[in-house]
Amino acid sequence: MEVVFYIAAIVAIASTVLAITRLNAVHALLYLIVSLLSVAVVFYVIGAPFIAALEVIVYAGAIMVLFVFVVMMLNLGKAATDREREWQRPGMWVGPSILAAILIAEVAYLVASPGTAVYGSAVIEPKQVGIVLFGPYLIGVELASMLLLGALVGAYHLGRHTPEKTES
Amino acid sequence: MASVPMHQGLLLAGILFALGLTGLLVRRNVIFMLMSLEVMLNAAGLAFVVAGSRWGQADGQIVFLFILSMAAAEVSVGLALVLQIYRRFKTLDADAVSEMRG
Amino acid sequence: MLHLLWLIPAFPIASFLVLAIFGRRLPRKAVPVFGVGSIALSAVVAFLVAISFFTSPPPGNHFTQVLWTWIDVGGFQPQISFYLDALSLLMILVVTFVGFLIHLYSAEFMLEDEGYSRFFAYMNLFVASMCTLLLGSNLLLLFLGWEGVGLCSYLLIGFWYRDPVNGLAARKAFIVTRVGDTAMTLGLFLLFDKLGTLQIQELMHRALVQWPVGSTLPVVAALLLLGGAVGKSAQLPLQTWLPDAMAGPTPTSALIHAATMVTAGVYLIARTHVLFSLAPSAQMAVAIVGAVTLLMAGFSAVTQTDIKRILAYSTISQIGYMFLALGVGAWSAAMFHFMTHAFFKALLFLGAGVIIESLHHEHNIFKMGGLRKEMPVAFWTFLAAGCSLAGVPLITAGFYSKGLIIWDTWSSARGSGLLWLAAVIGVFLTALYTFRLIFVVFFGEAKTKVSKRPGPAMMVPCVILAVLAVVAGFVETPAFLGNIHVFTDFLHKALPVITEGPARGMTEFGSESLVTLAFLLGLYFAYLFYVQKREYAETLTAPAISKALQRFWYSDWGMDWLYERVFVRPILWIARVDKSDFVDYIYTGIALVTELFYHGVRKTETGRMRWYAAGIAAGSIIFLAIVLFL
Repeated sequence: MEVVFYIAAIVAIASTVLAITRLNAVHALLYLIVSLLSVAVVFYVIGAPFIAALEVIVYAGAIMVLFVFVVMMLNLGKAATDREREWQRPGMWVGPSILAAILIAEVAYLVASPGTAVYGSAVIEPKQVGIVLFGPYLIGVELASMLLLGALVGAYHLGRHTPEKTES
Repeated sequence: MASVPMHQGLLLAGILFALGLTGLLVRRNVIFMLMSLEVMLNAAGLAFVVAGSRWGQADGQIVFLFILSMAAAEVSVGLALVLQIYRRFKTLDADAVSEMRG
Repeated sequence: MLHLLWLIPAFPIASFLVLAIFGRRLPRKAVPVFGVGSIALSAVVAFLVAISFFTSPPPGNHFTQVLWTWIDVGGFQPQISFYLDALSLLMILVVTFVGFLIHLYSAEFMLEDEGYSRFFAYMNLFVASMCTLLLGSNLLLLFLGWEGVGLCSYLLIGFWYRDPVNGLAARKAFIVTRVGDTAMTLGLFLLFDKLGTLQIQELMHRALVQWPVGSTLPVVAALLLLGGAVGKSAQLPLQTWLPDAMAGPTPTSALIHAATMVTAGVYLIARTHVLFSLAPSAQMAVAIVGAVTLLMAGFSAVTQTDIKRILAYSTISQIGYMFLALGVGAWSAAMFHFMTHAFFKALLFLGAGVIIESLHHEHNIFKMGGLRKEMPVAFWTFLAAGCSLAGVPLITAGFYSKGLIIWDTWSSARGSGLLWLAAVIGVFLTALYTFRLIFVVFFGEAKTKVSKRPGPAMMVPCVILAVLAVVAGFVETPAFLGNIHVFTDFLHKALPVITEGPARGMTEFGSESLVTLAFLLGLYFAYLFYVQKREYAETLTAPAISKALQRFWYSDWGMDWLYERVFVRPILWIARVDKSDFVDYIYTGIALVTELFYHGVRKTETGRMRWYAAGIAAGSIIFLAIVLFL
């Protein structure tokens, strides 16, 4: 079963790389959805089926769809793609790549240190998650709901299209 | 299910995070920047779930739930802001919105 | 009635406050009520205190009145407390009485002046400060009074501030005395550091116990205090301010620069006499300073033409006598001369004021003449004072006080023949310049018309002082002339008796005779050159060398020129070089550097989101690195 993990990992990495290098916004988003799906597979492999399902449903299914809606609403067209090409010169990649490489190196060093923790392959059932969620983490749930309420109000207000004022 | 060594899961999370960071720094279009942000959030959540699974506790998944709801809230507000920017500046260039320069 | 002591400085301070705040609004007639009245009240209180002191002397012959604790920090607790003994009582009596007479005189003298109330305010503040100086029982309170009189001296010299020359003279006085004050401050620091107190009696006691005679500490402390005294009393090398201080109004010159402030140095040394007894080399320095100064000032006075400048140099010279007396250990003799000098010198200045006013502000004596007939009262009072100054034998106070000093210079254990000789030459010079002044101003033909005659407010003080200038000497006469020792007996309750040295060939009678001889010589030469045969004066001053000498002595032995070259010019040069104040650049430099950093950091605030994100990423990488590897 570990093989599935490695394959899913490679797919995730490859599709993420593709996602951040595309010029067309919709293409990038679709690649990102692929990446999210593969991460969901990873979740399933390491024994978190509930989260795998949620990843697909919420992240890839709702958040990315929201992205796609907005992109299509903006109706960018070919001009945007050309602009992207002109903004995306190869030279621009150097700095961020170096930063990212150093970061990866540090993380690798961090996680590679003391002993590899091999863990039991226990699957954590949704029921368990539910019990812990509404037990010790109850306050977190309430706060999250307030956060979503705030986001709702904010998004509604900020996204409102105020009618143009008449010329004075 | 499978017993994947933790450090490999964390390494995967680290690589995805770094890729998201690169995308954030390189792309000039705000939509792409938001997208890269989502990649980074996802990577962070992955790290949490891996850790929770290593210890056999549900806490990692719960934190991922919170991250998920936070990401949803952030994306909705963020995209609303993108719409405002597009209406006001007629462009999606992140460098055009630098009126707070010193 | 000794507890009325605090009123003596309190009346003048109250009057100062009233005049300073309300002076402009008071009617002109009301101002002297405060100005003169407060000093009169102080004088009355001083007399009451004196009577009480004489009739029922307090235990130990001293009285302390503590008012309140001034400062209380870290074991240093000076109090506002007044200390009365024979020395301070004598000086308080003289200061308040002569001060009252001078204030009465100036009520009429300054009547026309627009700064009438300001004048009295300053004068009252001066008397208050002087009383604080004299009565202070610790050196800090004394120093407060010291600075107060210095301030009032500055204010009064520059009283007619519209003329910049007066301001210059005032600043010169202040700065030169400041040099002395700095030395004195250092002395106070040293004394407090080593002995732990500034309470004068306690200080003297501890110094006696802790410091052996002749060791470095008392010598240094005494020399520093001498520095302060030299500044205030206009002795060598800080005497250059006094002749220029004559720019102030004449009552100021009379009060401050003749009778009181310039004797503050004498008082200081007499007060801290224990310290000087422990430091024989410092005491010898006092005597030498006194002797040299009296000679230098005497020579300078002979060549001056401004009536007030002659009197100024005369003051310097007479205080030199007092310093000489202190230096040889004749403490009481110095105070005796102080008392008689206060009377006759104040009178000389008041008389000079009368003359200057009457001749419509003429200062040059060679433009005066023949005033003997025109202004008889002024003539007789001035003559009385002049004779006392020169020391006319037997009938004037000056004869007795100066004679006592001169005899003590010879006979004291710390005296010497050389000092005695200097003092006797000084007598010759004093007689010479005094009678030169009198003959030129009052005899001969009148060169300027008298335009104004003085009123009673000006003449009564002169007459009173004239009487005192004659009779005040009779409280202390030598053994062969009545052997009266009222004065020294009184003062020996506070000051030590002079230690007689071995008999050295001359008796008191011999000394007095030689003094009289010197006096007669001076009188004769003055008569010869200025009354009888004026042409002798011309022939004497004709050759170039005597002209050069005359110029040299006229300019106070070139000291002003010297100080100008040595001190004033380098400082002005430094000021010119530092005109753009490069020390200030250190502070503006800090601002400049900050601005530079600001411009640099400003570039990082681009407003671009990716830049900030990159910053965050780089920062987190660095922190991770620090955590991992350090």
